[in-house]
Amino acid sequence: MMLAKLKRLVLLGIATAMVGCASIPAGVEPSPHDPWEPFNRSVFEFNEGLDAYLLKPVVAGYRFVLPEFVRDGIYNFFSNYSDIYTALQNLLQGKPDYAFSDLMRVVVNTTFGLGGLIDMATPGGLPKHKEDWGQTFGVWGIPSGPYVVLPFFGPSNVRDTFGTAADMESDYLFRLLPDVALRNSITGLRVVNARNTYYEAGDLLDGAAIDKYSFMRDAYIQRREYQINEGREDREPLMPVYENPYE
Amino acid sequence: MKSHQTIQKCFAVLLSSLFLFAGSVSAQAVDQSTPDGLIKAVVSDVMASVKSDPEIQKGNIPRIVDLVDKKIVPYTDMRRTTEMAMGPNWKKATPEQQAQLVSEFKNLLIRTYSGALSQLRDQTIQFKPLRAAPDDKEVVVKTVVIGRGDPIPLDYRLEKTANGWKVYDMNIMGVWLVEAYRNQFANQISQNGVEGLVKFLQDRNKQLAAAKPAN
Repeated sequence: MMLAKLKRLVLLGIATAMVGCASIPAGVEPSPHDPWEPFNRSVFEFNEGLDAYLLKPVVAGYRFVLPEFVRDGIYNFFSNYSDIYTALQNLLQGKPDYAFSDLMRVVVNTTFGLGGLIDMATPGGLPKHKEDWGQTFGVWGIPSGPYVVLPFFGPSNVRDTFGTAADMESDYLFRLLPDVALRNSITGLRVVNARNTYYEAGDLLDGAAIDKYSFMRDAYIQRREYQINEGREDREPLMPVYENPYE
Repeated sequence: MKSHQTIQKCFAVLLSSLFLFAGSVSAQAVDQSTPDGLIKAVVSDVMASVKSDPEIQKGNIPRIVDLVDKKIVPYTDMRRTTEMAMGPNWKKATPEQQAQLVSEFKNLLIRTYSGALSQLRDQTIQFKPLRAAPDDKEVVVKTVVIGRGDPIPLDYRLEKTANGWKVYDMNIMGVWLVEAYRNQFANQISQNGVEGLVKFLQDRNKQLAAAKPAN
């Protein structure tokens, strides 16, 4: 049901993006990771517009209306909720010690942290991890496939697209809420909260980027690789090797 | 009633551990002999300066830029950073353009880094144990920034030079800076030449300098 809704949303986004199909700027070297660049660029433009005209202004209002400690509480609440899934993912990835630590976080934060509103576990020495299905698929050895920009969700790849669908499918607890209006409000709040976490960082990125599209793409590809290898002694993330201009 | 008291006690213990944690990073003299010692000293010093300066907390960017210039830039090798980001295109640039690129790229990075520093509040830095052989010429020092929100892995790549250890690349949340700029530089150069890249960076830096602080 959730999946059907997601599919409809993504199709709508793709259709909208196709209308104003962007092309690769002249002189841009095609990246071997990004064979669908013209399509991805148009979805990227769609997402950028959506963010600038809808999501970011909403988040600005959210920051104006709610004091910081309330926003922190909301952040911590959803973060605590997602730790349950992270524990599950770490178990599936063969990291039982991480899974145990994540479970302890949920216990500590749900009790001492007033139902998850305060993160007591991090200062208490239980660091937060963040895992999702895409990372678990990666740990299992499933290749990423080409880079894809998804409408609404942003940077992804073929593997992580399935990962995102699985994340939504396995997001059970909130779906148990009987009240549809409440459920939808919570989903809205989760989106606003997620965008709020990089409100300032987003502005910094805009200032630092020469070509935001390829900056985000190259960063995403590196970051996912890092996240998949993180915490695994046998698979230390590889250092990039730079060509020395003097050789 | 009893359980209420127990919870309160646990609260107190947890809170005090929080303060101890925040106090564990203290300033020390900058010792350049080991790469992890260098990073620890520089980062601790900068954190202490940021937290004790109300002007910086208010987002006074010129003041932060000044701090970064004095306390961080001396321990970096921005020329090497720029060379690596340019790759084979480096040799296409004239010595004058090379100097301009180093200076403009440095300014862009300082400005971005300063913007991040101005958002420091109650964060603490965790230093991970260094994994390197004593005769290594290149090492990665790993740290994690812990505060509100998700922990941010922040790693520094250093090279041993005649003037001590110098940072030439940084990894933020899994993304190496040089790697993230390589395609962007190459694309800009194939579109507008080296001159175009220099001009782009100059314009961007002027634009950022003119912008009002975010908060």
